[in-house]
Amino acid sequence: MSGDRSQPGAQSDGPQGPAPVVRIEAVTHRYGRTEALAEVSLQIPAGRMVGLIGPDGVGKSTLLSLIAGARQMQSGRVEVLGGDMATAAHRARVCPQIAYMPQGLGRNLYPTLSVAENLHFFGRLFGHRTAERERRIDTLLAATGMSPFRDRPAAKLSGGMKQKLGLCCALIHDPELLILDEPTTGVDPLSRRQFWELIDRIRRDRPGMSVITATAYMEEAAGFDWLVAMEAGRVLATGTPSELLARTGAPDLDAAFVALLPDTARRGHQPVAIPPRPASAEIAIEAQHLTKRFGDFTAVHDVSFRIGKGEIFGFLGSNGCGKTTVMKMLTGLLEPSEGTARLFGQKLDHDDMGLRRRVGFMSQSFSLYSELTVRQNLELHARLFGMAPGQIAGRVAQMLDRFGLGGCAGDLPEALPLGVRQRLSLAVAMIHGPEILILDEPTSGVDPVARDGFWRMLGELSREDGVTIFVSTHFMNEAEWCDRISLMHAGRVLVSDTAAAIRESKGAATLDDAFIAYLQEAIAADASPESAVSDGPTAASLPAAAPPRPPRGRAPFSLRRMLSYSQLEMLQLRRDPIRMTMAMLGSLILMFVIGYGINMDVRDLTFAVLDRDRTSTSRDYIADIAGSRYFIERPALESYDELDARMQSGELSLAIEIPPGFARDVARGAPVQIGAWIDGAAPARAGTVEGYVQGMHADWLTRMARRQYGDEAIRGQFELVPRFRYNPDVKSIIAMVPAVIPMLLLMIPAVLTTLSVVREKELGSIINFYVTPVTRLEFLLGKQLPYLLAGAVNFALLMAFAVFAFRVPFTGSLTALSLAALLYLVAATGLGLLISTFMRSQVAALFATVMLTMIPAGQFSGLIDPVSSLQGLGRLIGEIYPTTWFIIASRGAFSKALGFGDFGMVYLALGLAVPVILGLSVLSLRKQAK
Amino acid sequence: MRARNLWNLGIKELRGLWREPVMLLLIVYSFSLSIYTESKSMPETLADAAIAIVDEDQSALSGRIVSAFTPPYFLTPRMISPDQIDPRMDAGLDTFALHIPPDFERDLLADRHPEIQLNIDATRMTQAFTGSGYVQQIVAAEIAEFTAGHREVTEPAVALALRARYNPALEPGWFGAINSVINAITMLSIILTGAALIREKEHGTVEHLLVMPVTAAEIMLAKIWSMALVVLLASGFAISVVVQMALGVPVAGSVPLFVAAAALMLFATTSMGIFLATVAGTMPQFALLLMLVLMPLQVLSGGMTPRESMPEVIQAIMSLAPDTHFVILSQAILFRGAGLAVVWPQLLALAVIGAALFWLALRQFRRFLG
Repeated sequence: MSGDRSQPGAQSDGPQGPAPVVRIEAVTHRYGRTEALAEVSLQIPAGRMVGLIGPDGVGKSTLLSLIAGARQMQSGRVEVLGGDMATAAHRARVCPQIAYMPQGLGRNLYPTLSVAENLHFFGRLFGHRTAERERRIDTLLAATGMSPFRDRPAAKLSGGMKQKLGLCCALIHDPELLILDEPTTGVDPLSRRQFWELIDRIRRDRPGMSVITATAYMEEAAGFDWLVAMEAGRVLATGTPSELLARTGAPDLDAAFVALLPDTARRGHQPVAIPPRPASAEIAIEAQHLTKRFGDFTAVHDVSFRIGKGEIFGFLGSNGCGKTTVMKMLTGLLEPSEGTARLFGQKLDHDDMGLRRRVGFMSQSFSLYSELTVRQNLELHARLFGMAPGQIAGRVAQMLDRFGLGGCAGDLPEALPLGVRQRLSLAVAMIHGPEILILDEPTSGVDPVARDGFWRMLGELSREDGVTIFVSTHFMNEAEWCDRISLMHAGRVLVSDTAAAIRESKGAATLDDAFIAYLQEAIAADASPESAVSDGPTAASLPAAAPPRPPRGRAPFSLRRMLSYSQLEMLQLRRDPIRMTMAMLGSLILMFVIGYGINMDVRDLTFAVLDRDRTSTSRDYIADIAGSRYFIERPALESYDELDARMQSGELSLAIEIPPGFARDVARGAPVQIGAWIDGAAPARAGTVEGYVQGMHADWLTRMARRQYGDEAIRGQFELVPRFRYNPDVKSIIAMVPAVIPMLLLMIPAVLTTLSVVREKELGSIINFYVTPVTRLEFLLGKQLPYLLAGAVNFALLMAFAVFAFRVPFTGSLTALSLAALLYLVAATGLGLLISTFMRSQVAALFATVMLTMIPAGQFSGLIDPVSSLQGLGRLIGEIYPTTWFIIASRGAFSKALGFGDFGMVYLALGLAVPVILGLSVLSLRKQAK
Repeated sequence: MRARNLWNLGIKELRGLWREPVMLLLIVYSFSLSIYTESKSMPETLADAAIAIVDEDQSALSGRIVSAFTPPYFLTPRMISPDQIDPRMDAGLDTFALHIPPDFERDLLADRHPEIQLNIDATRMTQAFTGSGYVQQIVAAEIAEFTAGHREVTEPAVALALRARYNPALEPGWFGAINSVINAITMLSIILTGAALIREKEHGTVEHLLVMPVTAAEIMLAKIWSMALVVLLASGFAISVVVQMALGVPVAGSVPLFVAAAALMLFATTSMGIFLATVAGTMPQFALLLMLVLMPLQVLSGGMTPRESMPEVIQAIMSLAPDTHFVILSQAILFRGAGLAVVWPQLLALAVIGAALFWLALRQFRRFLG
């Protein structure tokens, strides 16, 4: 960034002047086989504004995260604020003096939390009391002009505002070292300038603060005190901007950087030169009053433009200003709310397949199929665009050649460098020979050399093939290469003209300055509160010196830091309907399912009789079956064929055949046989039917015998008196429900707790745990607490449901069971924490947690088969798994009338499980990234 | 709708799946090893039940009874005193406690109809019910043998010829195997289509497809046919190789008819996968949703426990799920050898449910893209 700056803190002594704030010696860092940093040695002067420059993927972020202590060291030495960052003690000591803002817009913020909630979260982590937090938050918000947005969720802030909020969060604890990783990438020029002004102001107020920042914008870097140019994990050069320019003799830092590159990296770099456009009157794209609303939000407001055939038309603006929405409307992906878009004079209609063939689109994410090779990607697109099969091979070969992809035709896109992937993406968009190319930020994250190469290709396409190119970008030097450019802000087009004309109209030296002038003008005209603040960024000043700091001595355990995470978790849960349902009602839904599903009562079985005797004796026999509560009689059978057919269709579970002469034979005592056929297709049910039929047959026989012989018939008999204890009616619901409650109280709380930690890992906000004073135990307990509460609510719901809906009698002590449940829930959520320490992705974590809870709880804990009947490993797991003990408690309290006195072993076992599980979790959780 | 687009997009899906080793492994495992082990490990009705005996008789007869309880049905009986019965059962150590009273043998031979008490922990359903039957049979057999010759009258000579059709030995693994094939079909078809759609959304490639001359319906149908085909081939393999050959389960009916029915089933479940993916939006949410959906489908469809024993409300709700009809139909075709004439109502139900789910999914899919 140009423009004069005052750096009161840094009187221009060289890097060797004051003691360096950061000293790096021979640091090497690898991710798998990729070397991110190779033997980097560096001393960063204190009290300066230091910039790391270089394209994406050269190791800037890795270096910054090592300095911040967020990443585990592999080799070498990093000293920050006078101590070795490899030692945990030093990290713990200095982390309250370091602030780290990772790369990505709002990456360490919680999107569903409001601005104030985010700030409170960070404040609590640094141990500030409520009044202290309120005061600091008010000051910071006022200084950054964010006060009007206190209650807006972070997700709904613009890119620039997200970064300001991130900065507020970083500054809440008055750091001495501020580390910013590409804080302005994806932010509009005005917000960018405001951001740096804010940093300048903060540095004026706190002269001792050192700032280290990475950036991909060379214009910004030009205004820094001291620069480190990096490429491929190595430091190319260090020095002030003017030193770098002097050394290379380059006019600007962009050129200086290219000049600093080793020859191999320059890859025959040539400057971009796009010849002037031949005049053409034909209009390729025409937008008239395009407006797009999403609900109340107007993303694009009354946008009109015309683009001539073969023109390169650039689109500039911040993230979220509506550029992508306009592009999607032009490709037909979105239907405009108002207005029309015409391509070649033809109204755009999403269902017009002919028109789609004339357009090529390259979306922000490059949208390649990572599972298809380079060639397959090209072929698929050619086929989908309906190219004749005969032409495809030739066309693909031609594209491979033209875009320099011949050498990697068989590779998967993931294996290619970003610049090559970008060329492939362009080749894919061009495969069907479109006349219009719509490119949405095609050069984001690509190094300057590759970007220049890409623009030379665009120039060729436009000038030689007459392709109309509509391209959006963040880079001002790219904007200069466009025939005309448009600046968008908050859904509106502010200006649309050639670069030269835009500069002239504002009398500005650079395009950047001209745009800022336009933005300020637009904002002044606009009366919305959002703009009012941008207008007066110097509204308030930060407190010059920090007030008496809160005690820095690190308490070994801080309730406030722990609750900070609990509160965060509860707020997030409240705003996520699927997880909330799962937490509150998940168990209930599953209990409903299982309670009715795992039902071993077999009743309402259908049967029919082929009665070939038709006497009172045969009817007596049938009446026994028909009268039982297990069977339902169906119309009688007339023949064997009918019997076969009706059994085959599944209509009958049981068919009985009574032979002719049955009554006569019974009376005579002659041997006779009753036939019974059971449908064996479902063996479990058939087994039960078999038992029922045998029992009823035996009863009938005894009755007949008694009728014939009197009491003589039962001589020498004994009686086996079964006492079905605890569940006299042998109802499976009474047996199952008390055992299912433990399984559900394990699985869902464990899954949710696991996800709460792994989500942070996946989304990147885990960095807050790495770089703030919160300890591992505080973090874990803080995460656990809300799910413990949700578990308790679930326990209450399940109990109520069991007693009132399933009508399972509860005979024991509710208090005793509740105590066991509490211990059990701590163990269950603890198990989730333990699993989460090993998992990285949410999907894997979910899968693992379900497996690790369902299998032991369902098979080894006595839910179905008693633990005493198990053998080997299953028995061992069953004996120690918490579910076993809670099933004993639950069944005891429900059915066996047990209470405190009987639960000694249960309390002991669960009481032991809790510290073991939590201890293991703390030990296996890392407080740094790998 | 053009066949060429469907074909090209479908091939793309298949290629994508091919490069996903975890998914391939899951498919192979679900349709082979998982079915095999699940079928083999279906528990016999009673195994290793814990029994304790109080023998206050100490006679020859009571000795016979004690020694009759042997593995594999029962663990070796633990001899206890009468006052140990309650605490041991409360603690869940024994499922059964048999109490033989003093002078049992004498009373029996004197026709005094003595009683033996059998305590059963009826909270252990799996063992309680069948186990008490076994205990009764074992005790009765020992006593009958012991008292042979003491009785003069016989009961009427009415025999009961009890035969189980379609699975004469009532091997639990037979249907267990089929049920795990059905569960694998449901689970994989939902996961494959749903996860593939979410992956495409996360990579931004779905949007990209829409700027090409293909329609939303084509994209969705391509996903459906390709993933359904994979699952169909896998289930055909599972039925013919794993179930019939490796497990030796005889299949009475026509495998082609079953496969045709499975195709209809897949039409419904793959549509459901797309629907769930569009509702969830992200992979973790999809996985959570899956937990709430798969479990009821598997447990309440009638594959695990008989459908007729469930409350009518559940039966009514579950008749809207494709699994329910598919379970009925698989039992009919594979075990009872039923033909089209018997299973057409289920096929019709599957087709209607499939069409409804497809329509819902397509509507939601269009909204998801827009």
